[in-house]
Amino acid sequence: MTTEEHKHSDHVVEITGLKYRVGDKAIFDRLNISIPRGKVTAIMGPSGTGKTTLLRVMTGQVLPDRGRVMVEGKNVARLTTDELYELRTQMGFLFQNGALFTDSTVYENVAFPIREHTRLPETLIRHIVLMKLQAVGLRGAAAMMPTELSGGMARRVALARAIAMDPKIIFYDEPFVGLDPISMGVIVRLIRVLNDSLGLTSIIVSHDVDEVNAVSDQSYLISNGKVVAYGTPEELEHNKSAWVRQFMKGLADGPVPFHYPAPDYAGQLLGEVDT
Amino acid sequence: MRLLREAYYIILGFLQMLGAAGFFLARMLRLMPKALMRPRLIFQQIFNVGAMSLVLILIAGLFVGMVMGLQGYNTLSKFAATSALGTLVALSLLRELGPVVTALLFAGRAGTALTSEIGLMRATEQIAGMEMMAVDPIQRIVVPRFLAGVISMPLLVGIFNAVGLLGGYLVGVMLMGVDAGAFWGQIHGTVDLHEDFWSGVIKSVVFGIATTLVAVFEGYYAHPTAEGVSRATTRTVVNSALLVLALDYLLTAFMF
Repeated sequence: MTTEEHKHSDHVVEITGLKYRVGDKAIFDRLNISIPRGKVTAIMGPSGTGKTTLLRVMTGQVLPDRGRVMVEGKNVARLTTDELYELRTQMGFLFQNGALFTDSTVYENVAFPIREHTRLPETLIRHIVLMKLQAVGLRGAAAMMPTELSGGMARRVALARAIAMDPKIIFYDEPFVGLDPISMGVIVRLIRVLNDSLGLTSIIVSHDVDEVNAVSDQSYLISNGKVVAYGTPEELEHNKSAWVRQFMKGLADGPVPFHYPAPDYAGQLLGEVDT
Repeated sequence: MRLLREAYYIILGFLQMLGAAGFFLARMLRLMPKALMRPRLIFQQIFNVGAMSLVLILIAGLFVGMVMGLQGYNTLSKFAATSALGTLVALSLLRELGPVVTALLFAGRAGTALTSEIGLMRATEQIAGMEMMAVDPIQRIVVPRFLAGVISMPLLVGIFNAVGLLGGYLVGVMLMGVDAGAFWGQIHGTVDLHEDFWSGVIKSVVFGIATTLVAVFEGYYAHPTAEGVSRATTRTVVNSALLVLALDYLLTAFMF
């Protein structure tokens, strides 16, 4: 897809000229990103590039210093609290640690947003909760407490809760981190199946190249606050840029050096340079 | 010069915190009507905050009353005025000890629980999760807890005073032999409903607002780390205690 076609197609999220600083460090420097509707889009980059911050900017948890963040045609930074909450009823957000309520059961966790936003009768709430749990394969765990769940199960419960209100957009923050291969496979499949069967737009932030390639329709690679590359997994695989190759292939050394900037090694060992 | 600058920053920090707490209270007041629509959440928290503090308040009240009975008897007996023991115990409890000691115990028992609970919810992203589900955490989490504290405090003070009087009676009358008729008769004759009883109630409501506000504020703005939550919990106890004692002086000066 060329940049020109981009502008004309239907985009759920459009970020233009995003600038954001934390202290002296520029996290984003004139960043531009467009997320097409109905697709699984991944945002990849090394740790510490502000991928999670980018999700928080898109969902209005963090306000940008400069630039425009449009979600469903609305400028997120300009919304009042009520308008922002209204927009968020169309969003699902999967936190890295699940963010489940630790003193409620799995069932109550999934029922929470339904109880808060609707006045549905209890029988109907029960049906919805069981359907959502069935979708993630955890109907049998409904009575369990979050502390009794494994990491992968907790993330699936959080996913069931994120889709409880039938959102249009779903954000995944590092969904593959710290999972065993089987749980990883389950999550990869769930992201794809939920996206296609519920007609969602999925946005994944991750640095797990293989899993992202297995599930995403297209990916953005960001580094140093800018988009370095954009394309389908195949296009990125064959990208000529040395940086992209280093990241996609997981090479220890390359344009991103193995060593964090440090004073002269020998000088430091001999005590000529202060540590 | 350095000392001045440090004092300046301490005062500035204090004023900033005061301003932030003021804004926080204003936000809570704005969301209060919506929170009142769901009384069940408030009742749950009255159980957590108030009922769970009951045993502590009962035991503390009994002992404070007993000590008052003993100390009062020893002092009054020097002037052959032990018949005034009832008045001494009742007025001390209603005007000062009841509200102040209850508030201090409440800050230690319920305040710390509120701060660490809310702080840990923040640290484990449960508050962010709630915001992402378009549920205002201040309305859903903070306001019911705040209201529960404000409602519980006067009730706990009432129980503390009643048990304290009983403690004074046990020691003064049953143990030391003060005449029971004189004990209760003096209380009946000297305690003024308006001056003594209601002033104590006003104090307890003000202390309830102050301690609970400090607890939920510190919890909500706790730094989301283990150390941050622990510091916030400590601050709750220290700040509540200082605030209660300072407010007590102000209220006493205005009311009596």
